[in-house]
Amino acid sequence: MRKIGKQTIVFEHKPGVLSSYSIVGPKEGKGNFAKFFHQILSDDLFGQDSYEKAERKMFLSAVLESLKEAKLQTTDVDVLIGGDLMNQIISSNFMARELQAPFLGVFGACSTMVESLIVGASLIDGNGFKNAVCVTGSHFSTAEKQFRYPLELGTQRPPTSQWTVTGAGATILSNKKCDVKITRATIGKVVDWNVCDVNNMGGAMAPAALETLYTFFEDTKTKPNDYDLILTGDLGKLGSEILRDLMEYRGYKLESNYGDCGQMMFSNDQKVFQGGSGCGCVASILSSYVIKRLKEGSLKKVLVVATGALMSTISSQQGDSIPCIAHLIELEGKNV
Amino acid sequence: MESFERDKRYNEYLKSKIPKTKPWPTLFNAFVVGGIICLLGEVIKDLLMLIPNMESSVASVWESVILIVIASILTGFGIYDKIGAFAGAGSIVPITGFSNSITSPALEFKREGMIFGLCANMFKIAGPVIVCGVIASIVAGLIFLIF
Repeated sequence: MRKIGKQTIVFEHKPGVLSSYSIVGPKEGKGNFAKFFHQILSDDLFGQDSYEKAERKMFLSAVLESLKEAKLQTTDVDVLIGGDLMNQIISSNFMARELQAPFLGVFGACSTMVESLIVGASLIDGNGFKNAVCVTGSHFSTAEKQFRYPLELGTQRPPTSQWTVTGAGATILSNKKCDVKITRATIGKVVDWNVCDVNNMGGAMAPAALETLYTFFEDTKTKPNDYDLILTGDLGKLGSEILRDLMEYRGYKLESNYGDCGQMMFSNDQKVFQGGSGCGCVASILSSYVIKRLKEGSLKKVLVVATGALMSTISSQQGDSIPCIAHLIELEGKNV
Repeated sequence: MESFERDKRYNEYLKSKIPKTKPWPTLFNAFVVGGIICLLGEVIKDLLMLIPNMESSVASVWESVILIVIASILTGFGIYDKIGAFAGAGSIVPITGFSNSITSPALEFKREGMIFGLCANMFKIAGPVIVCGVIASIVAGLIFLIF
């Protein structure tokens, strides 16, 4: 493992993706990625008596199923890394209580999946760890309760709003040779361009995605066209349009190989305005679509840039602007 | 200073990119649904007035009570939020909206327990409305007293 340029890590042993698993809610199961998800819930309470418990159970199921696919026991787990949107990352903490594996809780809002993958890949590349289980997710109903209004309140959502994805994704990294590998990563800085509108997350987070992507291209001397797919986390329709503008302004034009998980998650008739958001958005798409396509070889080189808005309801009510962050990983598929 | 300029420029750019709510369809939906709720109120009152010896002021009180109960039940069945998403202010402003704003947090927080969940959060949204209403009526009362 070594550092190049300003903020980029090169993983010399190329940690592999051993297995992955994604679970999504019923609404996401009607969206554009339906056929790629491993499990679609018919009930977003997942048989529990609260949404918070349902979120926890999604995390646990995603980890257990990905362990099953990798033919590992919970006792084999070297490190479990996870985070979520709930205060004190309760979903991850309570999941880790059940699993009894060494656990690192991380928080990067909606960028948590990539943050945990960077931590996991670094631990494996450092030659000590055999495997690392990375998991994140979110639930529409728990996020609404914590950040917005009660579910049954008859309000209108503003046209810039996004819909928190109900879903979780787990990915197991390993020191073994695998078809899909993590090759490089860029750790983002907290970027704040003084956007205060909590209903326009895409607009707030686009500058963070810009800074991280730009730094990665500068650090690695690569260009957007070197990749089959560049995927941002949950900028939504508006945010991804803004990112296109900003990147072009900085001299890296994003072509048709660029997409945003939030924008693509739901189909047009699902009335979610700017698209999906939340930790579960990039986690579920990365753990399903991206890894499947890399495994079969139809995608060869992919960049995933997960963005997160780091405000709380208290900071917003006190008039603070929204600090944002974006982390990036570079994935390689079969035979690159 | 440089970043201040950049932030200003970015926020101006953002403003130009933000999709606007279309005023006419939104106003029309609010007008129609709000109108229907008021019409329903009038129908309820007219029916109540058919009861022998019913006074108009008493009928008005019962009318409000009935509207509140209906909205509360619709909230419980997950219908009122759909009406609200369509009608906006049309279903928020009438007394049914007030009912919805109390029932919905009650439903949401009942899992945190009776006292610290349901009771503590029930007026989370309606609370500011009541505070402002009380203050406004005090001001109005003072004006009425002086003049």
